[in-house]
Amino acid sequence: MKALNLRSIGLALLAPAIAIVVSVLVTTLVIAAVGSSPGDFWSAMFSNPLPRLRVNIVNQTATYYIAAVAAAIGFRMGLFNIGLEGQYTLASYAAAAFGGGAYLSGFANVLVSILIAIAVGAAWAGVAAVLKTTRGVSEVISTIMLNSIAVFLVGYLLNRYGVHIGNSVRTTTLAPSSNVPGFTPYLARDGEIWGLSLLAVVVGVGFWVLLNKTRFGFDLRASGMSPTAALASGINPNRMIITAMMLSGGVAGLIWLPALFGGAGAYGTSFQSGLGFIGISVALLGRNRPLGMLFGALLFAFLDTQSNTLTFSTNVPPSIVQITEGIAVLAVVVAFEVVRRWRARLEQRSVGQKPVAATEASA
Amino acid sequence: MTEGTDAVELRGIGKSFPGVIANHDVDLTIRQGTVHALIGENGAGKSTLMKILYGVQRPDEGTIRLNGEEVVLKSPTDAIQHGVGMVFQHFMLADNLTVLENLVLGAEKLYGIGDQARTEIARISDRFGFGLKPDVLVEKLGVADRQRVEIAKVLYRGARIIILDEPTAVLVPQEVEALFANLRELRDAGNSILFISHKLDEVLAIADDITVMRRGATVGTADPKTATKRQLAELMVGSELPSPETSESTVTDVEELKLTEVTVTDEFGRDLLSDISLTIRRGEVLGIAGVEGNGQSELVEMIMGMRIPSAGHITLGTEDVTHWHTRQLREAGIAYIPEDRQRHGLLLDAPLWENRMLGHQTQAPNAKGPWINRSGARKDTQRIMTEYDVRAPGIDTPSRALSGGNQQKLIVGREMSGDPVLLIASHPTRGVDIGAQAAIWDHMRRARRAGLAVLLISADLDELIGLSDTIQVLLRGRFVGTFDPSTVTPQDLGAAMTGGEAA
Amino acid sequence: MSTTTKPSSPSLVSRVKRAARANWLFISLGAIAIVSLVRIVTDTNDLTSVGTIRAAIIATCPILMAALGGLWAERAGVVNIGLEGQMILGTWGAAYFTYHGGNPWIGVLGAALLGMIGGLLHAVATVTFGVDHIVSGVAINLIGLGATTYLAAATFPDLNGGGPRQLIGLDSPGQINKVPGISDAAQNVADKHWFFISDIASFIAALTTKISLLSLVIFALVALSAWILWKTPFGLRLRSCGENPQAAETLGVNVYLYKYVAVLISGALAGIGGGFLALVSSSGFNVGQTGGRGYIGLAAMIFGNWRPGGLLLGALTFGYTDALRLRDAHAVHALLLLVALGLLALAVLRLVRRQFAGAITMGLLGAAILTWFLSTESVPRDFTSMTPYVTTLFVLALGTQRLRMPAADGIPYRKGSAG
Repeated sequence: MKALNLRSIGLALLAPAIAIVVSVLVTTLVIAAVGSSPGDFWSAMFSNPLPRLRVNIVNQTATYYIAAVAAAIGFRMGLFNIGLEGQYTLASYAAAAFGGGAYLSGFANVLVSILIAIAVGAAWAGVAAVLKTTRGVSEVISTIMLNSIAVFLVGYLLNRYGVHIGNSVRTTTLAPSSNVPGFTPYLARDGEIWGLSLLAVVVGVGFWVLLNKTRFGFDLRASGMSPTAALASGINPNRMIITAMMLSGGVAGLIWLPALFGGAGAYGTSFQSGLGFIGISVALLGRNRPLGMLFGALLFAFLDTQSNTLTFSTNVPPSIVQITEGIAVLAVVVAFEVVRRWRARLEQRSVGQKPVAATEASA
Repeated sequence: MTEGTDAVELRGIGKSFPGVIANHDVDLTIRQGTVHALIGENGAGKSTLMKILYGVQRPDEGTIRLNGEEVVLKSPTDAIQHGVGMVFQHFMLADNLTVLENLVLGAEKLYGIGDQARTEIARISDRFGFGLKPDVLVEKLGVADRQRVEIAKVLYRGARIIILDEPTAVLVPQEVEALFANLRELRDAGNSILFISHKLDEVLAIADDITVMRRGATVGTADPKTATKRQLAELMVGSELPSPETSESTVTDVEELKLTEVTVTDEFGRDLLSDISLTIRRGEVLGIAGVEGNGQSELVEMIMGMRIPSAGHITLGTEDVTHWHTRQLREAGIAYIPEDRQRHGLLLDAPLWENRMLGHQTQAPNAKGPWINRSGARKDTQRIMTEYDVRAPGIDTPSRALSGGNQQKLIVGREMSGDPVLLIASHPTRGVDIGAQAAIWDHMRRARRAGLAVLLISADLDELIGLSDTIQVLLRGRFVGTFDPSTVTPQDLGAAMTGGEAA
Repeated sequence: MSTTTKPSSPSLVSRVKRAARANWLFISLGAIAIVSLVRIVTDTNDLTSVGTIRAAIIATCPILMAALGGLWAERAGVVNIGLEGQMILGTWGAAYFTYHGGNPWIGVLGAALLGMIGGLLHAVATVTFGVDHIVSGVAINLIGLGATTYLAAATFPDLNGGGPRQLIGLDSPGQINKVPGISDAAQNVADKHWFFISDIASFIAALTTKISLLSLVIFALVALSAWILWKTPFGLRLRSCGENPQAAETLGVNVYLYKYVAVLISGALAGIGGGFLALVSSSGFNVGQTGGRGYIGLAAMIFGNWRPGGLLLGALTFGYTDALRLRDAHAVHALLLLVALGLLALAVLRLVRRQFAGAITMGLLGAAILTWFLSTESVPRDFTSMTPYVTTLFVLALGTQRLRMPAADGIPYRKGSAG
């Protein structure tokens, strides 16, 4: 039994290993193809990061991880919430606008802002969920459309109600009392780890417990594995779609909050867009598993942060890591598919050690 | 081709898949211009053999001779070129394409895709009385018409050796007669036909030669003029036949399920089920006969709460459950063996213990409040595997890896757990091996004696007649006749199923 | 029975097809009539001025190419949401090859080539390895954007007009300046601002005056695709892979091959769409200039019910709204009336069909937008930018039941699964 466990762990690690090798290989080839030195590139990438960058990596990991969990909640039941981008954009704006408005003070302000972000994210995802359950609209298309709508909507709201400073516009900056204190592992100038990064821990543990320990988690996974069997087992598909989608959107609402309350202070030029798609990538890379996504988030955060140093030490443009990341995602899904097929054959063999006549029912 | 050469000659064919030997030592000879029946139980390896003959799969060993010439069939294209055509049991038609498009697909070089093709189709259709309309979408056609399109597809390619995989499985007796008339005409026109079936009456009615398969090998041949059903059956099974017959009646007076004038409509307002009334008492098995697609699935889905009736009432025990959700109904004690176990009964990639929870995930021993009771579910899975003889390496094996019979035994074991009051069984023994079939019948009989009410839907009329206390026939969403299984014959049922004569 | 199958009798299907084609024409003409009416009522001649139509055609072409790319892939059963990524790759390809090849047509081929590489990645993942089509598409979009950003930074900074994120001053493919006898006449009629006739004349004028040859090639590609997919054995085989690949396999169709060809063509077409953006829409390459047009193309294809005529109409609708928002704000405001009238017309249609819930929803919505139109003078720019997206959501929400996608679209297929 132990040997079997070891083998299954080995198999589980095989696919990510293949993916990493492939993406490293492709990256190296691409760099060599345009005449730069892959050696310089890799040594710059894997040099020990400066303290400031280490802090950055931790903060980005937390952010990416929340985004990945948001994506994974949908993916685990076969829902493609491509709309994280729109959900967190709108939610971040709402939280920043409310928080900046200073209707409450200190801790209460933070708490209510977080709740507002969750609610707005969930509501925006809920639009897609309702369209799917009542009108049969594929969530892939509707969330893509809702992403663009959200961006323009926030643009409008910001122009109309925001604070204009020169060419830029932002929401009212948070009162200092509403900044959530962080943790400063190095010197003050190296920055601090955002206090709300802890949200990533909460979200990750919550996701694991929900998925593996609760009936709801079972229903979620069952719906993802076989919608038809889930229906026959008594799961109400419409309610699952709406719940899962809104849960996903609610978590998406949290994505940018650590940054907002950790120093950004307002929704404006400091807003980091594209985190929704990064979340989707990290979820795919980590196979929607709580631990896998943690590694994925760390890897992406590391690559993104370290790539900033490339401009000083090499002539390789930092955007090269986007190729590495993209290839890694594609390679990991392909590798998992290959390993899965191989594994299915192994399992069938172990079941049918005594050759028996095949059943025709599988045809 | 020379006179006297056999159309097909298979020698020593062997084929294994990981963990299973599907075919070994298969010998088969089909004479020119004959109908040759290949019979055997589900799982005897007939389908694999056909796929080998049609080039879908390649044999590991053995030789194939067509009209005396040894051939290697790498793909269906090769088979088609050698004049072999196949009519699959699950029709290989694209619904959203027209009859013409389906026919010419892959054979565009013969007559193009325009008027010339149209002429050729009309010729084939007229020659054998198929009545094909080339520009109708296939989705508009009924089962018998689709089968004719499939046969025409084979003829269009000039096939002289035609394989039919269980062609009668989807037909009612009257349609079977029409098919046989077609087959005789095809044979008289010089074609050789391989007819696969496990229905012995039909085989004796149509075949010129018979070959029997068992456990992946050919075990003998028979002459239909002299062989009896009994002999063939014993050759197929290798031993005494199990029988689905129940003994004395166990029907009580307590009504468990009652449907009162229930109507189900689709989204366009058309009736799928009209004014259905039925009652099942404790200890009673009510059988539903009908050609597939006449409302059986809708009936099951409605009782299971997956469709809400537009009129009428459903009563379970003493409660009105018309608007209950599936989960409430399951918690109230309805057990469900779905028609398509892989789609509706299992999570193929999940381990057996999670499959044991499926459909019962809110009930003990699988759950405690909103939490999953992992150890309880695992222990109970072990029990089911022992009691119901589910053969698998362990409770962590994914259900995909199990054979059809073992998957079905797991489902039966799961559904019989927790003292159900009503069992909805849709084709409970479809596609399972003979041992599992007998075991499943035993379990159903035992539960019936213990007072379970059962709604049994099956396409196997022998199974229906053998297990039921009453049989209702469903046609176009209505009950068209009630029969007593102790007196009814399959022919009577067939007539009622097609609307021939209602009793 | 068999007498009904006379080979020479005009077939029902071809009659239905003819009716359907006439239907598209009818819808188009009806749409033009409504636009014309709104133009006259609101006195906004820019709604159908030659300039607006020309801008609309330019905005339509990239969307149309993405939509057509989507059609090819999905007809073969592969959902391609990687269109956006393939389009982005096309923008870089067009710039790079135009610069180094010295001819914009080489650039167009380069765009097709780069798009095709994106298509190849998608085909390898989905067809050979059976990866979920959406997952692969998302990854392709990431790779497309990443690769383009990187390639631009690695290859363009040292070029004339180049920078790490752009390459400007590229030659455009040639254009037809004037068709003698037609252009001027049509322009004259258009300037009269008559009901309907002037609007049609605007179309003719726009199509014959200063129109890019690449636009004409793109329109020709739509017609060519329709012919190939529906009138040739190759097209029949390709479509069979999207409807029932198992059946196709049993008839000797090499399903993998057709899926590969379809996805490669899909990528190439999306790439050309990207090339159009870099070479015709603007005179140069910018990172991220596709701005989600790949997705809009996908929406146009769904809007068009996976049919060439339909997706042309969808792309034109989106292109038109896209063009209008860049022109005068007054025109956009007039668009509100257009939308309101359209919704009210649909509401009446539903009422006639006795679909009361839909009628009420649309009636209320139409009334709300009408009120908005009557109570305001202009529309914020951000709202007009949303138009294509909101339209798509509406079309999907109201019309999904009538849409018919290929039966096996998006379902991973494995060889040997037949029978």
